[in-house]
Amino acid sequence: MDTANSTTLQTEKKAKKPGWLSKFLVSLYNINKFIIRFFKEAFVPPFEFKEIVRQCYETGVRSFTLISLTGFIVGLIFTKQSRPSLGQFGATSWLPSLVSIAIMRALAPLVTALIAAGKVGSSIGAELGSMRVTEQIDAMEVSGTKPFKFLVCTRVLATTLTIPILATYTGLVAMLGGYINVAVNEGTSFNTFVQEFFDPLTFTDFVSSLIKSIVFGFTIGIVGAYQGYFSTKGTEGVGKAANGAVVTAMFLIFIEEITIVQITSWFR
Amino acid sequence: MNKPKAPIDHNNTVITIKGLRKSFEDYHVLRGIDLDLYQGENLVVLGRSGTGKSVLIKIISGLLTADHGSINVLGQDINHITDRELQELRIRIGFSFQNSALYDSMTVRKNLEFPLVRNRKGISKKEIDEKVDEVLDAVGLIKTINQMPSELSGGQRKRIGIARTLILNPEIMLYDEPTAGLDPITCIEINELINEVQEKYKTSSIIITHDLTCAKQTGDRIAMLLDGQFQRQGTFDEVFDTNDERVKPFFDYNFIK
Repeated sequence: MDTANSTTLQTEKKAKKPGWLSKFLVSLYNINKFIIRFFKEAFVPPFEFKEIVRQCYETGVRSFTLISLTGFIVGLIFTKQSRPSLGQFGATSWLPSLVSIAIMRALAPLVTALIAAGKVGSSIGAELGSMRVTEQIDAMEVSGTKPFKFLVCTRVLATTLTIPILATYTGLVAMLGGYINVAVNEGTSFNTFVQEFFDPLTFTDFVSSLIKSIVFGFTIGIVGAYQGYFSTKGTEGVGKAANGAVVTAMFLIFIEEITIVQITSWFR
Repeated sequence: MNKPKAPIDHNNTVITIKGLRKSFEDYHVLRGIDLDLYQGENLVVLGRSGTGKSVLIKIISGLLTADHGSINVLGQDINHITDRELQELRIRIGFSFQNSALYDSMTVRKNLEFPLVRNRKGISKKEIDEKVDEVLDAVGLIKTINQMPSELSGGQRKRIGIARTLILNPEIMLYDEPTAGLDPITCIEINELINEVQEKYKTSSIIITHDLTCAKQTGDRIAMLLDGQFQRQGTFDEVFDTNDERVKPFFDYNFIK
């Protein structure tokens, strides 16, 4: 090596390894940048309508069976477990109201989001992670296309649009589960159950549930996409991306749940 | 096999790089690269694994940013370019990836249509079909049009990867290890394809490889990357006519000696 090079190399300082705090702050900054980029690109033409529809279908189909089963069981078990407590006060007729408040205000959006985080979030993380490590995302970039718009925006929009629909469906299936339990034990008719189910619900309940589902859907999509899009270290990285997508999304969903419930309670 | 003689315009550089440096944390990969690629030329960059060959072409295509130095591609300075300008410039550069990087959820047809539909607004279905057929014909794989990438062999995947870049009529082709992981016969076929692409599409190319057969068959000029710099440049024979202990083993361990 010549002298000039040796001198230059001597003057090149070794980069200091970042600590956990700086790593955390850098991650936070990068996630914010990622979200801002989503809003900048998602609503500017050209739109990838076909891909959005395909992703909505994928999101719905992937979670449909599990959500149907879980929603039904949640409704059934919640009703069954609540009966003895209400029975002590001779208030079993309040079961439909109790179930409706629990399901529509909290359980339906939360259960749907947690299932979707596991099924859809991990899938987005793994899929994009795999595309990253096999250079498919780079290939899109160098061919003058916009991989962020095609891969990230479509998936995030799909989860944001689909989770509220799935949450509504979960609520209805859970209502059915609750009805079966009440019908078997109290002989309540379906019409009466439905009327008592919806009576205690207010406009605020529906709006807060809708907002929650939208926020959860966005979180699942953006976290999965972020983990996958910046996946590194080969196949190990793909596994980490899928795992990270689920763990981070679930953690954020719980925080968002608490926050939105708190905010909603101020309006009641 | 003799390399077909495509005209090289030595008065017209399509890529000019001066003083390029790139580090990853405390690992200094490129330590002052100077390079000119002439119109119509096939330049082979030779070097051992991990010497920064792929990093060089990823910087040229804007996938990585340089720490220092100027990179002028088709008259535009990569370091001082807007996202939109970079996107437009990339359409003029074809990048063939080491592992082909085919979109594995799409058929061969969809792989080829993907960049075309997104970069040629208002293109008709008929024009798309014609263009897809043309590039598949150029790489000799018209029969694979409806197959998925997972159904293709390594050599076929490389060819489709090249076809996907050709569909936008690039002026520059960047090949990252085009013969890596292929059997010797397929390697020769890929080398021939690289030369055919240069002749037919009048491209200028940078071919990253450590395969000397590929270097000899495709290269108009060879640049040897050692210790983060181009230590030797010239024709194949000029580069290896040396007693340099860093260059000789490269040649000695290769079957073409």
